[in-house]
Amino acid sequence: MLKIKIPERFQPTIKEFKFVLRRVKDSPLSLAGIAIVMGFVFIAAFAPILAPPQLDPPYLIPRDPALGFKLEPMPPSPSHPFGTTQAQRDLYYGCIWGTRWAFQIALEVIICAVAIGLVLGLISGYYGGIIDEVIMRFTDIILAFPGLILAITLVTVLHELNWQTIDAVLLSIILIGWPGYARLIRGETLRVKNEDFIEAARACGASDLRIMFRHILPNTIYSIVIVASLDFGGIVITAAALSFLGLGAPIGWADWGRLIYDGMGFVSGGLRWWWSWVYPGIFIVLFVLGWSLLGDALRDVLDPLYRRK
Amino acid sequence: MEKVVSDEIIRVEDLYLNFYTYEGIVKALDGVSLNIKRGEILGVVGETGCGKSVTSLSILKIVVPPGKIEGGQIKFNVKGKTYNMLEFNEPTMSRVRGRYISMVFQEPRAALNPVYSIGDQIGEVFYLHRKEEIIKAVIEQLRKEVETAKGFRKRVLRLYLSLYERMLKNPKSLRVRLASKIPILRRFRNLMKKEVRKRTVELLRTLRIPDPERVVDMYPHELSGGMAQRCVIAMALVANPILLIADEPTTNLDVTVQAQILVLIRELQKKLGSTILYITHDLGVVAELCDRVAVMYAGNVVEIADVMTLFKEPLHPYTQGLLESIPRPGKPFTSIPGIVPSLINPPPGCRFNERCKYAMDICWKQKPPLVEAGKEHYVACHLYSGGK
Repeated sequence: MLKIKIPERFQPTIKEFKFVLRRVKDSPLSLAGIAIVMGFVFIAAFAPILAPPQLDPPYLIPRDPALGFKLEPMPPSPSHPFGTTQAQRDLYYGCIWGTRWAFQIALEVIICAVAIGLVLGLISGYYGGIIDEVIMRFTDIILAFPGLILAITLVTVLHELNWQTIDAVLLSIILIGWPGYARLIRGETLRVKNEDFIEAARACGASDLRIMFRHILPNTIYSIVIVASLDFGGIVITAAALSFLGLGAPIGWADWGRLIYDGMGFVSGGLRWWWSWVYPGIFIVLFVLGWSLLGDALRDVLDPLYRRK
Repeated sequence: MEKVVSDEIIRVEDLYLNFYTYEGIVKALDGVSLNIKRGEILGVVGETGCGKSVTSLSILKIVVPPGKIEGGQIKFNVKGKTYNMLEFNEPTMSRVRGRYISMVFQEPRAALNPVYSIGDQIGEVFYLHRKEEIIKAVIEQLRKEVETAKGFRKRVLRLYLSLYERMLKNPKSLRVRLASKIPILRRFRNLMKKEVRKRTVELLRTLRIPDPERVVDMYPHELSGGMAQRCVIAMALVANPILLIADEPTTNLDVTVQAQILVLIRELQKKLGSTILYITHDLGVVAELCDRVAVMYAGNVVEIADVMTLFKEPLHPYTQGLLESIPRPGKPFTSIPGIVPSLINPPPGCRFNERCKYAMDICWKQKPPLVEAGKEHYVACHLYSGGK
């Protein structure tokens, strides 16, 4: 029997990892979340194989020339597994590339919003006083408006400034997203900065920057990971909502919200044109559900207060 | 009488410090004066809240708001020159901290960052204060290796050598900083890491930590209190500081562990010849460890003397009361009547007047100055300053 000898040093790590695995295995919801997200990652990663791109950029959904410009969506058929949208764009292609697009939006927004929130939150919590007041009142202003309404306004304004539609959507979601992270990090910073080890680091001659990024940040990062993963779905919903309102992705773009917007006119037909709104709807619902479940699973595993319950 | 300047490392003169709280201004330090001589262990004793810790934090200038130093001088003698540390700016101070003056905190496990291993944390101080030395050691080692190496390896080592030499010449060199970010190239830093690790292990060994190779990879929660405190002391000793401030380092430890740490501190002090400011409220520890003692009460230094004198002939009524309240078998339990005055509205004159059995009129009018009552024996009390 093959037995790999593991150094004693790693025993606690392995034990911990096994505990995490058992924790995940015991909760079907976590498993479901991970499975759904993995499925979407797979679709996004292999989009060019699952649906070979024909136009440039590939996010533009190709039209079927054989069907011409017929207004009525065509039902699912072997050449169009999910049917077509109103202008004979392939719905299957839209959903597959829409997955990739959803990941792209969510990642870009999360990275930018977390980066801004992190820096401002750390500065705000660490220095306190007037700096804290200014930054926090600024977040208050943004948080005072309902997110979607503010996003709509921002997109409209950015349109007027001749911004690309897609960039405008991304920027506006980032702008409404960062205050949440800034608040979260500020709170965590306030908690950590009074710990003795921060004073000890200062007594060792560490500079402010070093204390903020090397000593405080690693102690606050878990909550950011959890909240960011829970937000992952929310960002896609917001982007889809903007598209649904006609403010987001342009016509023919592989964006789930845009596809539902295209199918909106056919909802009134009952189940007659069901594919035109059901398929993109299922993708959105599953995506958001998957990320929420994954976020919960992460919290169960990472949060020391929850995990042993 | 003015002492010979070179004999003193730190001289705190008339230090005033306030905390601006919602309840009012807490006058935490009210003209604190004390001196620390080279090579001694100075004990600072007093009740909780009398300003012991705040004094030590002021020496390092890490008092956090709402605390603010309002006046006075902290004279720092180093390399034959005298500086007033309160005039130092923040970058200068951060070079002083850890390098010339370092500190050991009360609760060892709270003083270690839970997300880094012991080796990482001690290593950080090496990078902050002894980087040059480490780079030099690495360069020397590289030079030897380059001579014996052949072929591709020789080229790699040469490249590393050039990077390290550049780093030594200009620590902020852009090329080195870029190289540290490029994935495979940044491996050149591993040599430095290895050197730091070696030194950390050595340091831990001198502090009698068993199995230091294993301990460097451990995280704070895996250590016992005594071990963690040794690691904190190791962190403080990395740069061979001139002054080590120990803020009640044994208060939260078992008695046996406490004794071990005390023995260790005394040994280190003898071996390295460093100066220690030892803050405690345990008079037993003071008697055991210190050369001189400063007694503090409600933000004032009330008496400074060497240990024997202070325990045999305490002059200040507060010191007398403090010594009498040490519980002894067969002796009725005594304590100082009254409570420590509120530092928001301290009584006028001497802050001990309300509790003092010798209190006179002048004690309510005038603050007693610190006068020399005996040889090297300073006391702040009107009984000894010719008051009526």
